[in-house]
Amino acid sequence: MELTQLTIDAIREGLAARKFSAEELVRAHQGEIERKDKDVRAYLSLSPERALEQARKVDRQIAAGEKLGPLAGVPVAIKDVLLTKGLATTCASKILKGYVPPYDATTVARLESAGACVLGKTNCDEFAMGSSTENSGFFTTHNPHALDRVPGGSSGGSAAAVAANMAVASLGSDTGGSIRQPAALCGVVGMMGTYGRVSRYGLVAFASSLDHVGPFGRSVRDVAQVLQIMAGRDPLDSTSADVPVPDYVAALGGENDLKGVRVGVPKEYFAGLNPEIGANIEKGIDLLVKQGARRVDISLPHTDYAIACYYIICTAEASSNLARYDGVRYGYRAPEYSDLHDMYRKTRDGGFGAEVKRRIMLGTYVLSSGYYDAYYLKAQKVRTLITRDYLEAFEDVDVIVTPTSPIPAFKLGERVDNPLEMYLADIYTVTASLAGIPGISVPCGRTKGDPAKNEPPLPVGMQILASHFDETRLLQVAHAFEKAGRFEAA
Amino acid sequence: MSTGTPASAEVLSKYEAVIGLEVHVQLLTKTKIFCSCSTRFGDPPNSNTCPVCLGLPGALPVLNREAVTMAMKAALALDCAVNPRSRFARKNYFYPDLPKGYQISQYDEPLAEFGRIEIEVDGARKRIGVTRVHLEEDAGKMLHEGFADSDSRSYVDLNRSGVPLIEIVSEPDLRSPEEAYDYLTRLKTLMLYLEVSDCNMEEGSLRVDANVSVRPAGASMFGTKTEVKNLNSFRFLQKALAYEIERQVEVLEGGGTISQETRLWDSREQKTHGMRSKEFAHDYRYFPEPDLRPLAISEEWKEEVRRSLPELPQARRERFVREYALPEHDATQLTATRELANYFEEVAKATGEPKLAANWILSELTFLLNEANRDISQSPVSAPNLAGLLVLIQKGSISGKMGKEILAAMFASAKTANEVMAEKGLEQINDTERIIAVVREIMAANPKQVEQYRGGKTATLGWFVGQVMKATRGQANPPLVQEILKKELS
Ligand SMILES: [Zn+2]
Repeated sequence: MELTQLTIDAIREGLAARKFSAEELVRAHQGEIERKDKDVRAYLSLSPERALEQARKVDRQIAAGEKLGPLAGVPVAIKDVLLTKGLATTCASKILKGYVPPYDATTVARLESAGACVLGKTNCDEFAMGSSTENSGFFTTHNPHALDRVPGGSSGGSAAAVAANMAVASLGSDTGGSIRQPAALCGVVGMMGTYGRVSRYGLVAFASSLDHVGPFGRSVRDVAQVLQIMAGRDPLDSTSADVPVPDYVAALGGENDLKGVRVGVPKEYFAGLNPEIGANIEKGIDLLVKQGARRVDISLPHTDYAIACYYIICTAEASSNLARYDGVRYGYRAPEYSDLHDMYRKTRDGGFGAEVKRRIMLGTYVLSSGYYDAYYLKAQKVRTLITRDYLEAFEDVDVIVTPTSPIPAFKLGERVDNPLEMYLADIYTVTASLAGIPGISVPCGRTKGDPAKNEPPLPVGMQILASHFDETRLLQVAHAFEKAGRFEAA
Repeated sequence: MSTGTPASAEVLSKYEAVIGLEVHVQLLTKTKIFCSCSTRFGDPPNSNTCPVCLGLPGALPVLNREAVTMAMKAALALDCAVNPRSRFARKNYFYPDLPKGYQISQYDEPLAEFGRIEIEVDGARKRIGVTRVHLEEDAGKMLHEGFADSDSRSYVDLNRSGVPLIEIVSEPDLRSPEEAYDYLTRLKTLMLYLEVSDCNMEEGSLRVDANVSVRPAGASMFGTKTEVKNLNSFRFLQKALAYEIERQVEVLEGGGTISQETRLWDSREQKTHGMRSKEFAHDYRYFPEPDLRPLAISEEWKEEVRRSLPELPQARRERFVREYALPEHDATQLTATRELANYFEEVAKATGEPKLAANWILSELTFLLNEANRDISQSPVSAPNLAGLLVLIQKGSISGKMGKEILAAMFASAKTANEVMAEKGLEQINDTERIIAVVREIMAANPKQVEQYRGGKTATLGWFVGQVMKATRGQANPPLVQEILKKELS
């Protein structure tokens, strides 16, 4: 049995049947990391003791015949923007290098109390700002399917770790697509729930009104099980919703379970994308229809304004959220300075990378007096219109299907000099973030690849969106698709 | 700064001052506004802190309901309309005592608006508008002195960071330093009555800034205003305003113009100084706080708070005049704090002698309290004990002079009047034989006065009483002395 390719269900059964121990499971993953991560570079730091301690605890529980947590023994990776008590949390930024937080993020705490074993912290774009993980302040993560390509971002490390079997599941954060896009590029499942479904307490803030914590896994069922543990009201996060959490896993049906489900296909999401991706998604939609779903062509008319709207709101909030990294209390402080203001300047200049600085400047600008109405306030109005597009669409359809990314994994360094082109990688994912609705990316075949150009077949992701707090429906459709699909490029 | 000779009273009278006050009041909640840390004053630096009020990465604010209730009390007592929906906003600026790099405050949607305070100066009553009451968090405190390396470093104490404040902004309705003084006095009295703040200016729980401008008397347009800060006492407020008004008049009379700026009151030099514009040229980049939901106040909550309001100072003052027939002046003094007014009412009711109670409280007891630097709530003489003493005086059992002596002893020992009298041997002499002996002695020593009395000058009786009281160190029962004297002299 290959211990690094198991589903969560298989782990639960295997542990119960004493086919392997939790410690063996963790050690197998640590071995895989040892072998692969020098090439993939998904992890920023490892926590072998923390993982093994938890595994031994699970093994003791098994020996004592105690009831196990739903994620008992499951080896997981945590994006380095989620706080882990006693374990360095850097947001892949030099400004937080070596920062050890005094508490756990609610999501991390919930996973561990369900029995999950934290293998380590994964790489990402600095403060989750980017779409390729190339903005990490430390190093770049490589796509396990093609090491010369990006894993996507910002949660590239978490996606790559799961894709390369260096974790069974992982946590990422999604602000404008940072879970869904790397999931698509790495060929795994990645999901964000409705805004407020999962607590943000202990997630280092990038853009508070858009930030989500969500899971990666190799199957929809695994993702559903991790989400199940994290979802629900957290009194420490005022924006977390007091909405009951249904049993997602129990609601997952089987194949051919999509009778009567109306699948919206917005025309705005199929223009100007890589034609192979378009073709794959069309095939994916056909597969849904074959299972009984009904295709409904729809329009989300304000889609064109989404990127501008998103980058105004997220940079505005980021400029404020990142003000606390000032060298006064924790993290990096410039070694030499003449006075307080000089200390601020040199600390932030030396501690932040180029993209973070760019966004802080953009955000500061759009909030400035004289510009606030033209940018920030206008963007808020557009956000309302985009949300309304979705609410109206969901009167006629149950889910909406789009490509997750307009392009497959691109080459490292290909886009780093063109931030605007990089921003466009989020074009299909930001609208759901702005509307606060849940979204998932599931593998939808691969591109053909081109041996002449030394281009391997690359994963394609299909994005499925549902209405607020309708995660159950989203997971049902994704699960049915996964059951019927898993097709490769023709 | 002055452009000419000091403005004469005649010149000053050609102008009218326009003043508005911004008052910050620290609320007496047990815990901070966005976390559960204690608000206690004077604890070791940084001991009352947590991830939220330290501004650590990933921490989120959770609004303290008690702070909202207290703010609402203040707003309702100020006759404000409480908004059913208000919103928090971030005020962004860098300073080491501001751990998040922004202060959570309220901006365009405050808690309450459109209130008023009635003031009275030289018998003239006037309504001063209260523009708004809003909630916000306090910043920490910089410590520039008291450390071995204070010449090169400053320290930060974040115990105060996150302590709840309300800001009460007045309309520019005040026309003189005296009106401003009276407004602030009444505001403070109100807050003390409501028990929402201790309003201790030295500890910073009451802070005031003033906006000041002048204009030709009778004009309707406003002049350019300056903002005067660092007003650390009621006296400074009055002095600084008087100074600033005169300064502005001098500038205008000298043909100059007022520049809109922030000026600091220097209590040593008794002057205001303009701050270099760089120091306050902030663009605070306010925007709605995305980590908190809008604050919704139900009609029920508001009414519950309204029902909990105590009798307010003005109503109580009027009732004291009406019910106890007290002079206006005494009623004003006795209603300065809720504790004092309660104390008075208790004594008045127990003795049935409100006038006597008012006199003793406002003169003798106040004198003792001032000397001991205590307020009424710390009085060693409880209201029932004072009432006990007054009853003795009123019955004529002891003289007023003796009463003062006994009160001083009661104050020192916290004992009852009877206990003090027993201890000091100050018990009254009711022994007729003893008094007759004293009376005869005095008559023998003063034959001339005896003759005068017997010759019809009965007014000298009082002189004889005084002599007897003196000889008995005030212990003789005065009515009995009179009775005996009349008999012996006739
Ligand atoms: Zn705290």
